[in-house]
Amino acid sequence: MAATSAKRWGRARVIDVCEVAQHVRRIVLEPEQPDVPAPPGSHIDIGVYVNGRADVRSYSVVGMSGYGTELVLGVQLARQSRGGSAFMHGLRRGQEVSITQPLQNFPLNYGRPGYVLAAGGIGVTALVAMGRALKTRGADYRFVYGARSRGLMAFLDELVAEHGDRLDLRIDDEGGSLDVGELVAGVPDGGELYVCGPTPMLDAIKAAWAQAGRRPADLRFETFGSSGRFAPEAFTVRIPRLGLETLVPHDVSMLEALEACGADMMFDCRRGECGLCEVKVLDVDGVIDHRDVFLSDEQHRVGDRLQCCVSRVVSARTGGLAGGDGRPGVVSIDVP
Amino acid sequence: MTGSTSPASIGRPTGHASFRSFPLNAWYAAAWDHEVGRNLLATTVANRPIVLYRTTGGRPVALADACWHRLAPLSMGKLRGDDEIMCGYHGICYDPDGRATFMPAQETINPSASVHSFPVVERHRYVWVWPGDPALADPALVPDLYWNEHPDWAGDGKTIHVNCSYQLIVDNLMDLTHEQFVHGSSIGHDALSESEFTVTHTDRTVTVTKWMLGIEPPPFWKRNLQDRFPGYEGPVDRWQIIRYTAPSTIAIDVGVAKAGTGAPEGDRSQGVTGTVINTMTPETDNTCHYLWAFARDWCLDKQVITTRLREGVSNVFFEDELMLEAQQRGIEANPDYDFYNLNIDAGSMWTRRIVQRMIDAELGSDTGAVGAVAGHAAAAMAEVTAAANAEPPGDGGAGQAAEVASGVARHREQPTAGLMGRGL
Ligand SMILES: Cc1cc2nc3c(=O)[nH]c(=O)nc-3n(C[C@H](O)[C@H](O)[C@H](O)COP(=O)(O)OP(=O)(O)OC[C@H]3O[C@@H](n4cnc5c(N)ncnc54)[C@H](O)[C@@H]3O)c2cc1C
Ligand code: FES
Ligand code: FES
Ligand SMILES: [Fe+2]
Repeated sequence: MAATSAKRWGRARVIDVCEVAQHVRRIVLEPEQPDVPAPPGSHIDIGVYVNGRADVRSYSVVGMSGYGTELVLGVQLARQSRGGSAFMHGLRRGQEVSITQPLQNFPLNYGRPGYVLAAGGIGVTALVAMGRALKTRGADYRFVYGARSRGLMAFLDELVAEHGDRLDLRIDDEGGSLDVGELVAGVPDGGELYVCGPTPMLDAIKAAWAQAGRRPADLRFETFGSSGRFAPEAFTVRIPRLGLETLVPHDVSMLEALEACGADMMFDCRRGECGLCEVKVLDVDGVIDHRDVFLSDEQHRVGDRLQCCVSRVVSARTGGLAGGDGRPGVVSIDVP
Repeated sequence: MTGSTSPASIGRPTGHASFRSFPLNAWYAAAWDHEVGRNLLATTVANRPIVLYRTTGGRPVALADACWHRLAPLSMGKLRGDDEIMCGYHGICYDPDGRATFMPAQETINPSASVHSFPVVERHRYVWVWPGDPALADPALVPDLYWNEHPDWAGDGKTIHVNCSYQLIVDNLMDLTHEQFVHGSSIGHDALSESEFTVTHTDRTVTVTKWMLGIEPPPFWKRNLQDRFPGYEGPVDRWQIIRYTAPSTIAIDVGVAKAGTGAPEGDRSQGVTGTVINTMTPETDNTCHYLWAFARDWCLDKQVITTRLREGVSNVFFEDELMLEAQQRGIEANPDYDFYNLNIDAGSMWTRRIVQRMIDAELGSDTGAVGAVAGHAAAAMAEVTAAANAEPPGDGGAGQAAEVASGVARHREQPTAGLMGRGL
């Protein structure tokens, strides 16, 4: 397991940008200071800017190219994006960017009797290098790759060539959707399941894993920290104790909106993992779209708290409440 | 070197392993009252060597422990007259304000001969010194530790020299879930890591509150409750209310009461209350003096209880000392790695943010450390983008660079409003 690396920022040059699937570009970067080869499952952080404002996004390292000194990324243009992925898609050969060394939050454990890698959509980027490492070591593995349609699937040709029969494609519009029960059953005893994909897919797999009574630590996953059960909508957040109220636009997180209106907010990971940005929910008109991996399903159900860096609120109608109308959601909270 | 700019901490957010800075404009407990007398006590506070003594009139004095002449430690000299100190090397004498009163082999006093005299306040059994700007040394800012000398309380304490940053002790005390794991045999309890806590904060304080209702008391508390209610064997309501005052003082209101007798509502008549008084004084960037005491509100006339508690708590703190010194070594042995901060670290994260703001104010910088890193990445981005835009793209590179620059400026103004999201 990896401890958390202290980030080192350096420069990198864009070597190549090309479209490898609908809305997905393969971006090759050459860091000025070469580091050790990026381990499978690692990502880099990159300085982007969105509306003239500096920000950071993370992208998985799909592999190394050149003489093992270049980092290959796969970036999907996000729908309803704040602009980070649009910035990435706007990169041109020769341009310079700021990136960190490869950071590891999703390490591959070697020596297991069997492995299943399950990618949903762009989540495949986090698993490509793992597939390669498992193949190189002669491990027993299966690579399951699901998406809505074939045209959206990045790195498909390479994966077919590399994994042959071990690759199992599940394409919705070709009638081959993923069955999570079967997926879990396919992981041998003592083996591990690695998942990277949209939240609903991950939630379903987690539930199936628990249902099957499997060891929690053998289900390994990474989230890209940006998808929920519902498409993001604007909603209102209030902090009665501080007399604050602000609108959270669809493309801004609750944490960012609260910071912008002057609340002194605590946070660390900003991707729904650590639990530091937790706020107490006093009242909600609408439905909470929990997008974190810190709280349990039960805590999500109770809904008396939420992780404001990722979680949102949608209107009662969007949330599917009986008799719900389309008025934007409103949530009253208290903060530390 | 000033502690506030240890190289490792430059540009690092406060929640990080390498953060071990301290403000200078603060009162730090340099010694217990009884340790300062008609003797010369050498110590180091915030990387500053200091000599402490008392005048015959009883007033504590704190002078820089380095003679103006050739930097020999004044603590190797001797006391002279009612209130002066004489350097042990060539005999220059200084008064409590640090001004020379006697020079060897000359009939005059060199007008520039002086050593720094630190502002000193004696309060609540400690001698506090202010290592920073004397003009700002307001005695009203000394943390209120009245329990140490109040007739309704009895207790005593000690000093531990710990080979770790004072901040690690603050972290430790702000999160008492560790008691279950570090102090399992005395005050630990499963309920500690299982029960909920709340965190609140103001500009200078942070409070973490935890109640555990209807639990079996751990051995330490069972015995304390039985001092007052002999033979009581039943369940208790236990509380831990941790009150931090910046930069490094923590008073913890702890105790147990017979379960269901109204303690959470404020009636502690069926219980016993203690206050764990902690104040940490940075010695260097990665060592500190930890002055602590335990005061109680029960059986005030029983000196044996004072001694028993002092020694008992001393053993408990020894367990912390082992862990914290090992943690400090772990941090230094892993310079490329960092903390992963969790929900249980919320209290400590707030203390670090307050300390960072104090340091920023001293440095006259308006960026929080988060902003500093954001600014760093942003500045790097602005540079590379400007370079990239020096080439064609028709949309006016200069305009874009200016836009980025203003983004950076906004970050500086409002560090946490920056969107330096993920992972910083
Ligand atoms: C470890 C890691 C690895 C990653 N690897 C890859 C990768 O290999 N390839 C890749 O394409 N992406 C990857 N990502 C995701 C990537 O970092 C960006 O989040 C993604 O490109 C979208 O950024 P954006 O600025 O375009 O859109 P964003 O504005 O971040 O929006 C993306 C989606 O999230 C919603 N959303 C936006 N903001 C919020 C918010 N504050 N709260 C809730 N929902 C919000 C949006 O509406 C949209 O649906 C990775 C993320 C992580 C954490
Ligand atoms: S900041 Fe870590 S969960 Fe929100
Ligand atoms: S559990 Fe906190 S340092 Fe290991
Ligand atoms: Fe402890």
